[in-house]
This record gives sequence, structure tokens and C-alpha cells, in this order.
Amino acid sequence: MEKKVYFKGIALPYLLLLPQIVVTGLFFFWPAAQAVRQSFLREDAFGLSSQFVGFENFVDVLSDPTWLDSAFRTLIFSASVAVLALGVALFLAVQADKHIRGADTYKTLLIWPYAVAPAIAAVLWLFMFHPNIGIFGRMLNALGVPWDYKLNGNQAMLLIIFAAAWKQVSYNFIFFLAGLQSIPKSVLEAAAIDGARPMRRFWTVVFPLLSPTAFFLLVVNLVYAFFDTFGIIHSLTQGGPGKATETLIYRVYTDGVMNLNFGSSAAQSVILMILVIVLTMVQFRYVERKVHY
Amino acid sequence: MLRRTLGKAVLATPLAAPALAQSGPVEISFWHGLAQPLGGILEGIANQFNQSQNRFRIVSSFRGSYPETMVAAIAGFRSGTAPHIVQMFEVGTGTMMAAGRAIKPLHELLRETGVTINFDDYLPAVKGYYSLADGRMMAMPFNSSTAIMFYNKDAFRRAGLNPDQAPATWAEMRTAAARLRAGGVEIPVTTAWPTWTQVEQFSAIHNIPLATLDNGFGGLNAELRINNPLMVRHLNTLMEMGREGTFRWGGRDGAGDALFANGSSGMIFASSGARARFVRELPGGIANLGVAMLPYYNDVQGAPINSIIGGAAFWAMNRGPNAARSADENRGIAEFFAFLAQPRVVAAWHTETGFLPVTQTAFREVQATGFYTQNPGADIPIQQLLRGGGQMTGNSRGIRLGGFVEIRTAMQEEMERALQGQQTAQQAMDNSVTRGNVVLRNFERTNRG
Repeated sequence: MEKKVYFKGIALPYLLLLPQIVVTGLFFFWPAAQAVRQSFLREDAFGLSSQFVGFENFVDVLSDPTWLDSAFRTLIFSASVAVLALGVALFLAVQADKHIRGADTYKTLLIWPYAVAPAIAAVLWLFMFHPNIGIFGRMLNALGVPWDYKLNGNQAMLLIIFAAAWKQVSYNFIFFLAGLQSIPKSVLEAAAIDGARPMRRFWTVVFPLLSPTAFFLLVVNLVYAFFDTFGIIHSLTQGGPGKATETLIYRVYTDGVMNLNFGSSAAQSVILMILVIVLTMVQFRYVERKVHY
Repeated sequence: MLRRTLGKAVLATPLAAPALAQSGPVEISFWHGLAQPLGGILEGIANQFNQSQNRFRIVSSFRGSYPETMVAAIAGFRSGTAPHIVQMFEVGTGTMMAAGRAIKPLHELLRETGVTINFDDYLPAVKGYYSLADGRMMAMPFNSSTAIMFYNKDAFRRAGLNPDQAPATWAEMRTAAARLRAGGVEIPVTTAWPTWTQVEQFSAIHNIPLATLDNGFGGLNAELRINNPLMVRHLNTLMEMGREGTFRWGGRDGAGDALFANGSSGMIFASSGARARFVRELPGGIANLGVAMLPYYNDVQGAPINSIIGGAAFWAMNRGPNAARSADENRGIAEFFAFLAQPRVVAAWHTETGFLPVTQTAFREVQATGFYTQNPGADIPIQQLLRGGGQMTGNSRGIRLGGFVEIRTAMQEEMERALQGQQTAQQAMDNSVTRGNVVLRNFERTNRG
């Protein structure tokens, strides 16, 4: 099946690989190694004194109830974002795949949000939902809904879930649409001739054929919710109120950058690194097998 | 661009520096954390210094917000590229004081260069904040502010309150807030910088300790004391007002300012430096802007005394862990600081921005020009700093706690949870103390050596 190409000698293949190795080494392995090293040290902010403390930073992090809360919160947040972003995108893609007038405009408009930087997206949502200066925020309050995400943890969580999911819908939409368009028309027609109604056709034919795309997107969305939502949280809630919207990645930032607690921050990122490696391995080993290709 | 690159190259190679110093000015890098328009005014002052002499040249660069500037300077030091001078907000003072050879203490800098600055002329609250227990100065005070109360005169009128008399005590505050609420003011009371105005300043003016050992001035082993009865009582007041709809949490840090600037709030506790913004943005402008001192509980013995300062100061830094500055560079830093101490520079900064006049001479000069009669309330911050006779106590001298950025965040989180009704005021303050003390102990441990 697979076509293999062999290079003669060793120099050329390594030379061709070199740029990639350099980039990966410089921007991934080296910082990762630094993080691992730092996670065993306790330093003052200026790095003038440093002390080897073994696993103390890890023990401190894992025995901190507020960190465990953050971990649980991150799971809820990531799952909600992934489900919401995938669900909405799939619905929109199915609609856009139909023969409707202005389908191209509709598609273009749906893809737009992807080009918006997370921080800008957050500011957009802030201007819509700020309890005092946001249009919808004021509207909700006028309708008697006590909307104040700055003081209500659940509302704050809801807001960042929506903002984060909104931003990811476009990306999912493109992939779902491409997936839909690659489904052979003949299969659908055959199902229709056999008497399957649109809903049934979707769940028994289209959805299984889309599952590789959906699986890929699930992984991408989870990783997105875990690591790329920093800008949104930072601009909208800064992890508050209380710790209601503090995810693990936001906590790494607060402890490392704001609080200059490098040891703890490094230990947290090492834990995150392990978590993601394990998660990805599990997903690819076990979940992928059940995906219909 | 080329010049800048060249400048950096000079700084990076100590051997080449003396040779070039003879041919051109010594470049002094200066990182600050003030956005426009304040940043522009600050850089203007640096340019005035550059034009006033030709031996040194200050190269200013904006490094983001205060915390970002702090992080950048620390990262710079770790990689051997720290600036000569960094503007550091007051919350970072404890961290900088304990920074060992990362900083060049001001008293040392002045002694070595022979430059003199008369610190007796500085406001006691300002001087005290940046000096050691024995009075030696560690950093150069410049843009100091304090927390005060602003109120919307128009809202007061609508509610049938006297627009020329702000509530002075918390009892009066609550009455006035209820009247504002009844008069249709959406947010009777809010606050910016919630822990600064409602915990730190509150403790200072009521002469109760925020932490032991004179709020940390006495050593690294200080412990938080904010779970005291008065502090709990005050948080309870805020929580009750929140339930009655007379107090609205405006968000962390400076976020609350917006609620007052757009006219929806009747009263706000904010930095005196917010004055410039309110004059510009508040509907009705300066005529509508009331300024008053922070309210207090009048049944507390001896209250109120002076408030403490916020804002930022300038710190001289060493380039990296193993690199000291040359005598020329230190001389340049010292002369720039001496320039900043001139009454005319201090006065111009004060009147243009709303920050405090940090020297008494400058204050008198501004007074003599009639500025305060033309701009009523512009002298409230300084009066408040001298309230109670200006005799500072260990509780009102300032705060010198390491890792205070983190402690502030913890306090804000616990207050937010209390105001949401998830815990009592006592629990919020107890949790703040527990979490804050963990930070203090970690700081003590890493900075002992």
C-alpha cells in the first residue's frame, strides 16, 4: 500500500530534515526542557538564588484544592466549548451544503470569525455583554435578568464558553463543509431511492462518513479550549469572579507571569504537558479505532 | 533605528563604552508603564532632560501596563538586558526592595555619584513608602497618587442631595447611596482598584494593621492581619449595600472607572490620577465632578488619619546578575533623578495629570499660581495624605509585602466570592489571610539568602 522512498546515504535526508528539527528543537524541545528543569527549582523572581526542591512544587500544586478546582473547571469548559462549537458548526455546514440562494455569501460570512484574533473577539463580546456598557447586557438587565458577569461566576463561565465556541465555529464549519462535499452523491441518492428520509439519511449515511472529520475536529477543539482560549479569558474575565473562569492554562499565566512564581508555574505546565500527551495517546489509540473510515 | 541598535551594542560591550562615551552622550534606557496620554507627557519630560545637557541621553520605551513592565524588567535582568531605570508600581515595591543586586539602591547611587536630592522636601507619605526603616531612600518617587472619592454632582442634585457636600462617614455614605438609588441613579456607589481602596487604604485611614511588623516594613516575616473585626464589618457593609442595590462591584483593578466616567455611577473610589479622564469623559465635565476624601467609620477611635500612596516610582537597575553599571551610567541616572526632583518638573506633572505634587515646594508653587481655586478639588488628595496631622503610624506608612500582586488577586477573588453570597465576610477575610500568608512565606523563603 504505502510507497516508500529510500535516500542513498545519510547526509541528504538529515539535511532536508534539518530546518524542521531546528525549529522544533528551538521552539519546542528547548523551552519544554527549561520548564522541566525549572519545575524542580524554587527561585526568587530575579533568579539570584535558586534551590533544588525535588518534587515539592508538584506536591504543592497537586495538593492545592484551588488547582484541583481549576482542573475540574477546565474539563467542563473544554467539553462545553467542543460540544457547542462542533454542534453549531455541523448544523450550519449541513445547511450551507444545501442548494440555497446566496450560499457563497453565507459561507464567507461564517468563515469570517476565524480571522478575528482571540483578544479582539473577547472585546467584541465585552461590548455586547458588559452589564453596563454592552448592548445585550443592558437589554438583559432592562428585561429584569440580573446580568452581571463580573460578579456572577456562572454567567462569566457561560460568557467565555460562548465567546470561545463562537470563535471556533468557523474553523469547524470549513472542515465539516469540506467533509460533506466529499460524500459521494451516489450514496445519498441510493439511500433516497431506498426510501430513507432526510433525517435518517443524515444519521445513517452522512454522519458516519463524517466521523473521521468529526474526530479530528474533536481533538483540535479540545486542544483549542485547553490552550488557545487564554486571550478570551484574559480580556473578558481575567479568571474571575472569584476563580470562576480560571482554567489551567490561565493559572499557569497568573502564577508564572503575574505572580512570578516560576517553580510552581513550571510544575503546572509540566503536568499539563503530560496530561495532553496522555490525552492524545488515549484518543488516538482507543477512540480512533471506533471511528468509521 | 540604526542608532538604537548601536546604542544596544554599546550597552552590551562594556569595553567599548568608555571609548564611545567621549564621542557621544551616554545612553540611559528607561522603561515605563504609562499608556497615552500620560506616557507621552512622561517621555516629554525625559526629552526636556536630554535637551538640558549633552552628556546623557534618556531613551524611553513603553513596556505595557505596570505589571507587564515589571515582568519585562525582571526578564531583562535575568537575560542581562535590564534597563537602567524602570518605572515600578507601588505593589512591586516589596519585591524590588528584596531584589538584592538586581537593583541599585538610590541612596547608594547618590552617594557614589555625589548628586544630591533634598528628600526632606518630599511629602512624608511618599518618602516613607520608598525608604528603608532607617530613612535611606531606595527608589526615586515620581508619579504618586492616592485613593479618593469622586461623585457626580448632577446625580446628587437629582436625588435632592447637596452637591457641594459629599458624605464624610460610612453612615452618611449609606444614607446618600439610598437617596441616590431612590432618585433613579443606576449605580449609587462603585469602586475601582477594590482592594487598594477598600482594604489597603481603608486600613490605613482607620489606623489598623494590614499586616504585622508595620505592614511588612519591619521584615520579611510579616503576616496578614486583615481578618480583623473592623475589616469584616466593612466588607459586611459592602455586601449589605450590594444586596440593597446601592453598591456595585465594578470589576478588578481599574475597571470600575468606566462606570463613573459614563455617568451611570453616583460615587466612586478611585485613584486621584483618574481625575484627568473624568474631567474629559464625565457628562457635564469638570463642573459636574465632585471630589472628596475617603469616608470613614466615625465610631473608630482616632480615625481618620492619612491615606497611603499608590502610583509608581523609578528604580535604578543593574544590567544582569553579573554586570554592574559604569560610573558614567550611574552618573546619568542620578542626574536624571535630580532633574525629576526640580519643583518646576514636579509641578508641571502634577497639574497636567492629576498625580500628586510629590514635593512640598512644588505644592506651594502650584498653590501660589491659584491652580486650586481654578480647579476645585485638585488639592483633595494632598489634604487627605496630611489628614490627622500628617503623623504617619506603622499602619499608615505604606505596604511593604513581597508578592503583593498575588496577594491582591487573592483578596479580590475572596471578596468577589463574598459579594456573590458564596461565603461570609469573615470567611472571605480569613481565606485572604490564609492564602496571602502562603505567598508571604514563599517569598520569605526564596529571598532569605
